[in-house]
Amino acid sequence: MRSNRQNVIGLLFASPWILGMAIFLFYPVISSLYFSFTSYSILKPPVWIGLSNYQELMQDEIFLKALSNTLIICAASVPLTTALAICLALLLNTKRKGISLYRTLFYIPSLVPTVALAVLWLWIFNGQYGLLNEGLSKFGIKAVPWLTDPSWAKATLIMISMWGCGNAMVIYLAGLQDVPQSLYEAGELDGASAWQKTKSITLPMISPVIQFNVIMGIIGSLQTFALPFVMFPGGQPARSTYVVAMYLYDNAFLYQRMGYASAMGWVLFLATMVLSWISLRLGDRHVHYGGGA
Amino acid sequence: MNNALPAVLCVLLGIACACGLESSQVSVSKTDRIEVQYWEKWTGEEMEAMKRIVDKFNASQSEIHVKYLSVSGIADKTLLATSGGTPPDIAGLWGDQVVQFVDLNALTDLSDLAKDAGVVEENYIPAYWSICSAYGRLYALPTSPGSGALYVNRQLVPPQYASPETFPKTISEFNKFAEQTDRRDPSGKLLVASFMPRDGWGLWNMPYVFGDGFLQDGQINVNGKDDLEAWTWVKSFTDRYGVTETKSFRSGFGNYSSPQNPFLSGKLATYADGPWFSNYIRMFKPSMDWFAVPFPYPDNHPELAGFSTMNLNTLVIPKGAKHAREAFRFLAFVQEQKNMEQLCMDQQCNSPLSNSSQKFLTSHPNKAIALFDKLAKSSRAVPPVPLGIRAQIGSEVGNAVDQMELGELTPQAALDQAQSRLVAMWAKYQQQVLGK
Repeated sequence: MRSNRQNVIGLLFASPWILGMAIFLFYPVISSLYFSFTSYSILKPPVWIGLSNYQELMQDEIFLKALSNTLIICAASVPLTTALAICLALLLNTKRKGISLYRTLFYIPSLVPTVALAVLWLWIFNGQYGLLNEGLSKFGIKAVPWLTDPSWAKATLIMISMWGCGNAMVIYLAGLQDVPQSLYEAGELDGASAWQKTKSITLPMISPVIQFNVIMGIIGSLQTFALPFVMFPGGQPARSTYVVAMYLYDNAFLYQRMGYASAMGWVLFLATMVLSWISLRLGDRHVHYGGGA
Repeated sequence: MNNALPAVLCVLLGIACACGLESSQVSVSKTDRIEVQYWEKWTGEEMEAMKRIVDKFNASQSEIHVKYLSVSGIADKTLLATSGGTPPDIAGLWGDQVVQFVDLNALTDLSDLAKDAGVVEENYIPAYWSICSAYGRLYALPTSPGSGALYVNRQLVPPQYASPETFPKTISEFNKFAEQTDRRDPSGKLLVASFMPRDGWGLWNMPYVFGDGFLQDGQINVNGKDDLEAWTWVKSFTDRYGVTETKSFRSGFGNYSSPQNPFLSGKLATYADGPWFSNYIRMFKPSMDWFAVPFPYPDNHPELAGFSTMNLNTLVIPKGAKHAREAFRFLAFVQEQKNMEQLCMDQQCNSPLSNSSQKFLTSHPNKAIALFDKLAKSSRAVPPVPLGIRAQIGSEVGNAVDQMELGELTPQAALDQAQSRLVAMWAKYQQQVLGK
């Protein structure tokens, strides 16, 4: 009796979360799965069309282009961001005066809202007056059309994505502080250099953290939306920056093809699942769990 | 632990009481007038201009109170609220969204209400009335409209072209003018461009300058002779400046409503825009000596003169609005000439009404308002494509022009590709949305 009563009390306390998840997450997710098999334009009842949306997606050149852009951005930005975040974390893991200030300074950029960031980057990458081209001109490098050339536009997005590495850096920093000092001392006794200690002690010891951050990075980059949406309206130039989330948004809210957009969302979800699964499988070989049996 | 359940219940009760109290406070503060919810996209000066009209209406009323609410992403939110059965009574949509909303069954048919209130087609400039209508019925009423003309910076053009009378009238004259106006430094770097056909308002309608535009006999036709001629002409500017130089030059353009706007910063000698643009000149470059002219027409085709892109802000009553009749009374109030002219004057637009008062034309802050008014009444005034896939047309044609300018495809191939995609999209839209 007492146990039942406690269960009820527990459920009551948890009920805001349970209700919130049910209403704002589970219901929309299940609805979108249903809508992905329908023709649905919001104000008219959805009409069941089976797999038509998925079949159309596989033949839709714009979707395939957007998917390829998304995968290219993901493939380039995740390793670069990971490498940069690890390097920064290693630098900030030293005992120096004012290190907390440096850590804060490197983390702060991650807190800037994306739209404000996009406007700022538009100025930095401005072809004629941009800070970057101005700096490059000092070395005799001709102005680069960062925002207007299809090949450079994608590279610009990849470079900007590295700006948000502060979150990952903080997690790496926490991981680094968990590496037992005794391992470094043993390495030193064996005459290991700084690079050997990093390669053979630090990286294996933080490999679970790297795996976690890589998976989070993949998920985040596949969902890239706000930055290209603000910086490159319509995926300009020539749809070189058009990513799946932008095409999904256009179909849902501009073209009112909610069913098609839902199908797109599920394909993106599957792509995320597959890439995450691959990362996990690769991790089986390379991730070292220090406390594992 | 035994006391936990009553404690939880007390908290829940407290929340419920707080909600109830809040709701009772709202009802106490309500007047006995019917409150009409009005969602509008405007902020800043444009919002203030409309709020003055709303206040004027509210002051004239004992039965209705219009509540103005500035809403971002108004189209999406109106559609979703309509879908959820709680739409606003009035929404301020862009004119080019009306047909799509009608296709989605999201708007109230205003034809009979308008007829009863004496709001009739004859009082309006035809192109604007057509934007408010779909399938022969009226679904929206105008607020502030726009028509496009070419602004010219007198200080940047050769003296022989520096007046509306002597400015080029035809495309070949304009080409000659462009060659004489472009300025480069000794290294060949572009300093001032006569014209950038991709930068300016309404230039997406370029095929209409040369003929039929995006539709032929009601069917999508973005790869016809006129389209090819138009975009080839557009591409000729990139070819002349050079692809790399064009990219570099355009990448230096700043935001539209800023001193870095390419026309305001002196990078472009001419710029296509609506009547409101004079406000930006006044704000960011008051010293500029400018005039406005109609867009040039193709040689030997004077019948094509007077091209002007048209668009319009509209007021609609979403399907399911609780106070549709009361809402329409506000719509009709806005249509009264003195109110409409006050709004259009304050928002620095031309008027959608067929007859503008002398006072409106003479005291309007845009000195070229008579030209914009005349262009709006031109037979070559081009309203948005009256199809529910207008956004897709814009996207596909824009991408095709990108591809031809970058040299990825020939103009014909790029337009053929866009045409084939659009035909498929239109077929799908007809099948899925229109149920054909």
